Amino acid sequence: MSTPLVEYVLGLADDALVSAQRMGWWISRAPELEEDVALANIGLDQLGQARTLLARAGELEGDGRSEDDLAYLRDEREFRNVKLVERPMTDFGVAMARLLVVATWQSHLYAGLCGSSDQTLAGVAGKAVKEVAYHVDHAAQWVLRLGDGTDESHLRMQAALDAEWPFVEELFEALPEGHEALPGVAVDPVALRGPVLNDLRGVVERATLTVPDVRPALGGGRQGLHTEHLGFLLAEMQHLHRSHPGATW
Amino acid sequence: MNLRHRTRSDVADPTIESVAPDARRIAASVVDPELPMVTIEDLGILRDVTADDQGRVHVTITPTYSGCPAMETIRADLVESLTCAGYRRVDVEFVLSPAWTTDDLTETGRATLAEHGIAPPGPVAARASGPTVLALSARCPQCGSLDTRESSHFGSTACKSLWVCRACREPFDHFKAL
Repeated sequence: MSTPLVEYVLGLADDALVSAQRMGWWISRAPELEEDVALANIGLDQLGQARTLLARAGELEGDGRSEDDLAYLRDEREFRNVKLVERPMTDFGVAMARLLVVATWQSHLYAGLCGSSDQTLAGVAGKAVKEVAYHVDHAAQWVLRLGDGTDESHLRMQAALDAEWPFVEELFEALPEGHEALPGVAVDPVALRGPVLNDLRGVVERATLTVPDVRPALGGGRQGLHTEHLGFLLAEMQHLHRSHPGATW
Repeated sequence: MNLRHRTRSDVADPTIESVAPDARRIAASVVDPELPMVTIEDLGILRDVTADDQGRVHVTITPTYSGCPAMETIRADLVESLTCAGYRRVDVEFVLSPAWTTDDLTETGRATLAEHGIAPPGPVAARASGPTVLALSARCPQCGSLDTRESSHFGSTACKSLWVCRACREPFDHFKAL
């Protein structure tokens, strides 16, 4: 049965899962071999976090759905990730801008969840907070290098920030009505806004870039309303499992 | 990588009456498939082993990284080695808390890594915090020089980073502090 807590955990799980899937696109396409390895590792960390969170969501739901059922057998409207993570990420500047935002947000989120009264959430957060520190560092170093690099890299890094920024605000959307049961278990997304934006501003300004002043895009990801891109992502991610149920190798 | 669950736990010889007293030793001798020079005990991921007089054994392990793909292989290897030793039922439980840290590596584990060309991690507390982390130098496991540089935070497995030694010019893996 879906409850506010199930929805909350699914949201975090889907953010991590969809991020991992987008990150996987870079394997064999990154600008250098070390970067291929780095982005694969980062995606793997995100996938590991997603697996534990999905398994926990399934347990809390109590309908017998496994992590695989939740990852592979839900349709677009049942996904609870923010729109930020589902959009294509085929420009390296965009990939680093996205990773900087997602990892900085996750670092504060997981730091808060370490104190969750849900033992699984606290456990996954305790591991993830250390992994994500490396992700933040990796993204920050690229944003600094590209922003404060050549005229061309500066322009493209700024364009990447401009493209991502309208989708940042959705991360801090208040939990919907009826989520009164979540204090002590969840982290209030609204409370993350200040510290996350502060960290982001620090990196962006050091990179001689400008924090974009843009209107937020329409949210709705947490309610299952997504961009047109998520369906294509899911088609690729889910087709093997759906075409060959139970396949292993 | 073979991720099949090897469930041979129920086919052990039912005539074995006494339980081998060394479940802990057997479990501790299982190696990490991606770092086969170190045991899971030296890696610090073996949390607990309990056996009862019915031939049942319960092993608790913790992952190094959330997405560590070696965990399923380690589970299978634990089941196999304990089953071969006569245990009739082997349960392997994964726990996340308290989170594993590289400080859990034993001294033997650190020495073995270094012998095999992987620079062991420094203490976790030495990692600076903040948006960018100042990396401490890692000692080259080939020539011992501290004149080394990190070429990538991320290496061939989740737990390692890539380094190059400026003195002997050799690349090497560094087990990064976590």
